[in-house]
Amino acid sequence: MGILEVQNVNKSFGGLKALHNVNLDIEEGKIHAIIGPNGAGKSTLLNCFVGKLTPDTGTVMFDGHSLLGIKPYEINQLGVSRVFQTPEIFSELSVWENTLIPCFAKRDGSFTLNALSRVSDNKDMAEKAEKMLVDVDLINKKDMLASSMSRGDKRRLEMAMCLSQNPKLLLLDEPTAGMARADTESTIELLKSIQKKLKITMAIIEHDMGVVFSLAQKISVLAQGTVIVEDIPENIKGHPKVKEAYLGEAQVEGNMRDD
Amino acid sequence: MNTISKADMKTLFFVAIIALLAPFILNPFPTDSGLAQFNAGYPDLMQRFAIYGILAIGFNILFGLTGYLSFGHAAFLGVGSYSAVWMFKLLSMNIIPALILSVIVAGLFSLLIGFISLRRSGIYFSILTLAFAQMSFALAYSVLTPLTNGETGLQITLNDPRILAAENVSGNLPVTTLFGLEMRDTWAMQVGAWDFQFNIGYYICAIFLLLAFYLSIRIFRSPFGMMLRAVKTNQNRLNYTGINTRPYTLAAFVISGMYAGLAGGLMASMDPLAGAERMQWTASGEIVLMTILGGTGTLLGPVMGAGFIKYFENIFSKINDTVLHGWFSWMPDGLENIIVWVLHLFTGKGWHLTLGIMFMLIVIFLPGGLMEGMSRIGNWWKRRKGDDDAESKSTTTAAE
Ligand SMILES: Nc1ncnc2c1ncn2[C@@H]1O[C@H](COP(=O)(O)OP(=O)(O)O)[C@@H](O)[C@H]1O
Ligand SMILES: [Mg+2]
Repeated sequence: MGILEVQNVNKSFGGLKALHNVNLDIEEGKIHAIIGPNGAGKSTLLNCFVGKLTPDTGTVMFDGHSLLGIKPYEINQLGVSRVFQTPEIFSELSVWENTLIPCFAKRDGSFTLNALSRVSDNKDMAEKAEKMLVDVDLINKKDMLASSMSRGDKRRLEMAMCLSQNPKLLLLDEPTAGMARADTESTIELLKSIQKKLKITMAIIEHDMGVVFSLAQKISVLAQGTVIVEDIPENIKGHPKVKEAYLGEAQVEGNMRDD
Repeated sequence: MNTISKADMKTLFFVAIIALLAPFILNPFPTDSGLAQFNAGYPDLMQRFAIYGILAIGFNILFGLTGYLSFGHAAFLGVGSYSAVWMFKLLSMNIIPALILSVIVAGLFSLLIGFISLRRSGIYFSILTLAFAQMSFALAYSVLTPLTNGETGLQITLNDPRILAAENVSGNLPVTTLFGLEMRDTWAMQVGAWDFQFNIGYYICAIFLLLAFYLSIRIFRSPFGMMLRAVKTNQNRLNYTGINTRPYTLAAFVISGMYAGLAGGLMASMDPLAGAERMQWTASGEIVLMTILGGTGTLLGPVMGAGFIKYFENIFSKINDTVLHGWFSWMPDGLENIIVWVLHLFTGKGWHLTLGIMFMLIVIFLPGGLMEGMSRIGNWWKRRKGDDDAESKSTTTAAE
């Protein structure tokens, strides 16, 4: 029994079949990687989990609730957070405010008109936000405008925002793209330690096979909208079907041979 | 008690000083001089500065923070005025009950309009608010005549019940008061060639302006204000953070509607009548202009924008051809006529043209409004001073 169960999901854009009978089972407490060539439908699949897209057919069950037909904020309230491929952050706010907002957001989404206290007076929120920024190593950039950061930093900020909510399921769409080597490594370490400490289930889309093999406990390979293989990392490496799917993607091939 | 930061306290103090000394500051020219018509220190206009300042501050809480551009805020202004006049008719001429009712009714009205309009965002939201405001205008103008007295506008009469007021024996229309303090009371001070006027009504408006400004500072710095700014920059992220943005935007809409109601109530308190034209779309547009002109999303900008527009409206519109001829009479006749003919387009009834051009220039060259202009001047000044310091330092080192 997985915490996220995806069954027979189909999604077409006009004539293009982006997802074709996708089945996926993500086990609680595990890091599950979804890999596949560009345009395979990986982001589209995650979009179906957060209410950004609705599948044409199929079911998506999370923790006993269907994620279809409910609002994105309701999905988040169930405990699903997502880091996007193109960072979704509050670009016109400072890094500090970006981190504070999820801290102020109530878990059940309830609204309180907190219009008379000062943001800076809420010490417990500040503490939480500070801890998050230290974790992703952005604390010395806290006064920067979010839009002025590098892509890698934006993504780590987004990760901090998601993690501060202490989600049950964290969806990561290419979290290390655009990051320097050192940052990539610290991100891997961060994710590993989070997973160990908090047992957050993660679904991670990643191009960097180094990252995939050092993090994932299970890997699904998506090609042309279909899951072609699902297995543990050791069995994925030399899998002929996977090699076939990646044929022509020289960079990834190279990455795979490196490991 | 540490409710606002030192920097904000300074801004508030600055506004308070300006408001207190406005009768002097706005009256720089001697009464008999030719420039006296540029003076703005008379009660009527000063009251309008403060009232429109409140309106713009409130509008900025919605537009400046959330980015939702309402084109219907004049409706709340109008509703506020009608409510206040009804209190003057039914209860007493005291402005406090009138203002309370103005704020409450405008709040309820904006709750209704906001609830419906906020189902959409962007241009559709703006159009919905515009439609509602025009509907309110049309209702006030015709259908709701028993409530609004239609075209003529709602006024107080001698026959009004005014159940809390003492019997009127003078036979004159009563005047608005604050527990006996008459709004129209003005104390004139003559200093040399200058004539300064201190009006009770203005100072009441100024006190409300300060309260409104203080509250807006609190909202800007609060978690609620931060959420509103987050709505403006990325609603999607808020949704993916588990936040339904609707209650936040609705709260901002109602708060800014209540500000507009207060402004409308004060308008009626200074001059107890209310007309439908106060709700027309041009009036709504003016509020938008004030806020953008001054600096959207800044604390002080909207107040400055309001002052700026009201000043030009009142001063430029008074410069008619006679005045112009007076100014240029020293020129040869032909030239004088040409110049007057050209300036005629921009003054008197043509003041809208001047305002329009200035608005365009500011939006094109100073997208951040007057506030951006000020901060640019400030930076330039600092840099110049910095250069001077550096220069004087280098000269001293050279001398050594
Ligand atoms: N909103 C959309 N509208 C139309 N086509 C889309 C949309 N989103 C994705 N696609 C198409 O679906 C396919 C899968 O895209 P995507 O899920 O982004 O791939 P990836 O595996 O690289 O993340 C691509 O061919 C893409 O062009
Ligand atoms: Mg993708």
